[in-house]
Amino acid sequence: MTRAADEILPATTEARSLLEARALHFAYPAAKNAADVVRGASLAIGRGCLAALIGANGSGKSSLVRLLAGILKPQSGEIFFDGVPLSAIDPRGRAKRIAYVPQTINSVFPFTALEVVLTGRSPYAGRFRFETAGDEEIARDALAAVDASHLAPRPVTELSGGERQMVALARALAQQPQCLLLDEPSSALDLKHRTALLRHLRRLRDEKAITALVVTHDLGLLDPAFDTVFAMRCGEVVAHGAPADVLQDKILADVYGDEHVRARRVFNRTFVWSEL
Amino acid sequence: MKSRSEINARTSANLQEGAARARLVTATSSSLAGGRLRLALVLLFFIFLLAAAISLSVGYQTLDFSLLKHDATARAILFQLRLPRVVLAAIVGASLAMVGAALQALFRNPLAEPLTLGVSGGGALGAGLAIAFGLGARVGGVPLVFLAAFAGAGVSVAVVYRLARTGAVVLPGALLLAGVVINVIAASGVVLIQYLTDYTRALQILRWTIGSLDVVGFDLVWRMLIFLVPGWIVLFVVARDLHLLAVDEETAASLGVNVRRSERLVYIASSLIVGTTVAVGGTIGFVGLIVPHAVRLLFGEDVRVVLPCSFLLGATFLMLADAVARTATGMGELPVGVITALAGGPVFLWLLRRQQRYSAM
Repeated sequence: MTRAADEILPATTEARSLLEARALHFAYPAAKNAADVVRGASLAIGRGCLAALIGANGSGKSSLVRLLAGILKPQSGEIFFDGVPLSAIDPRGRAKRIAYVPQTINSVFPFTALEVVLTGRSPYAGRFRFETAGDEEIARDALAAVDASHLAPRPVTELSGGERQMVALARALAQQPQCLLLDEPSSALDLKHRTALLRHLRRLRDEKAITALVVTHDLGLLDPAFDTVFAMRCGEVVAHGAPADVLQDKILADVYGDEHVRARRVFNRTFVWSEL
Repeated sequence: MKSRSEINARTSANLQEGAARARLVTATSSSLAGGRLRLALVLLFFIFLLAAAISLSVGYQTLDFSLLKHDATARAILFQLRLPRVVLAAIVGASLAMVGAALQALFRNPLAEPLTLGVSGGGALGAGLAIAFGLGARVGGVPLVFLAAFAGAGVSVAVVYRLARTGAVVLPGALLLAGVVINVIAASGVVLIQYLTDYTRALQILRWTIGSLDVVGFDLVWRMLIFLVPGWIVLFVVARDLHLLAVDEETAASLGVNVRRSERLVYIASSLIVGTTVAVGGTIGFVGLIVPHAVRLLFGEDVRVVLPCSFLLGATFLMLADAVARTATGMGELPVGVITALAGGPVFLWLLRRQQRYSAM
């Protein structure tokens, strides 16, 4: 049960790991897809690290990220933030440290992009306090950080998929977190916007030392964009390391349960494909 | 190469200037919800006072406020008949509008309201049963009709929600269909009760299903407030959570909102409020639909603004609708539910058409 934890922890338990999961177990209540669960997953992300989480559909990636974001509660195991158990941090305190970015914002109400980003300030205000001019300043800076200032007054219901993704990222930044968790952010984006998103994440890492864990199916963008890759299979983290080390034929065949996956290093980056 | 970097520098300067200008504009026009709420409440309060004065003065006899000092009949009409009725209309309207706004945010569906979700129907069936079996009976000092309506409304919300929710998603089409079916079942139940009970009780149920705010004195109003005030307070307290939920449920959870607890609080408060208003005034439809929508058009989408503004505008709206109901025909009065349905039905259809743009039903 703790096999995965034993494999991973000795190598990465230096003092500087920011977000750490130890032997997490999670199952949805009855009548749910039994395959989509977390079974003893462990991982440790260093401060200022841009990490990717890969794995086949239903391998538990999204559930693991939701556990890390505090949206789901693990049935066993513990999550540590900077060495402190997450269960000992109150939800608003957690939201000041860790921000979650959903796949998209699909509100039916025409909230303006600025209103959406301002919700990222709620951990800093009391229940009956409205956002201040200072909060608005932070929200506008967050939009500017992802080159989306011009979207501020527009209703999110009228934005394109790529624009909504930027608003979702800006909302997370308005929480002023140390760590971002992104659940398949690029699934609705075209090539240009996928690259733009990664560029933003790298800039946030370099300029503000923001750590990020990104769930992705975009194996072609892992190397050299990310520092670390975690690979999940059947609810466990089965491999981790630098992209070039994880993106190997044998590991990928195991992770995706597919003998046809190939990875080759050309021009200093790794290309991944599956033979027909 | 040189010219290109020059262009880049110039564009970024332009952008910065643009951003600074945008900031100035929003600073003066208050893009923040707190400022908007204060402004809206002041405005809506004046409209509320005006509507209260109008609905106090009109009726079977138009009341001349200057006569009050020496005319005992005028005083009796005002304080025993008209004032209680106007107060009742105000608190019922405020309640229904606020519950509508809360349900819309909770289910992320602009078409949700007590009537369309079957909450009113369930409450009506509960109250109908109570009238048929134990008219005027009390349980621990509480009118049985209130308790039965509360239970009926609560069961409807629970059933509708169970049917519409699959995993993390509330299906908007299933939600409204379940509400419609619950309404049909409840209406049939009420008709069945009418056939099975004796003539006087059947007539009472009929009078009450049509919905009327007929009231003498303040007794009933005080008794209602014991139930309504806790419900109002709960909804005001969860307004922030509802705002975060209306934007995005998963994000709300990650921001520290206890989603299940907020949902449960809104169910209980809504059932309590709708049950009480149904037990007294019958099913009055569409107040919870028109009013929050008007508020959104005027003051924006922020749920923390929409809830209190709907409360005030709902009171204003039902006072005026009841004034129309009392005076429209010149002889007897019309049921106020007819007025709100005639005004609200078309708004519902218009919203339905608009919503199809955003999401598949």
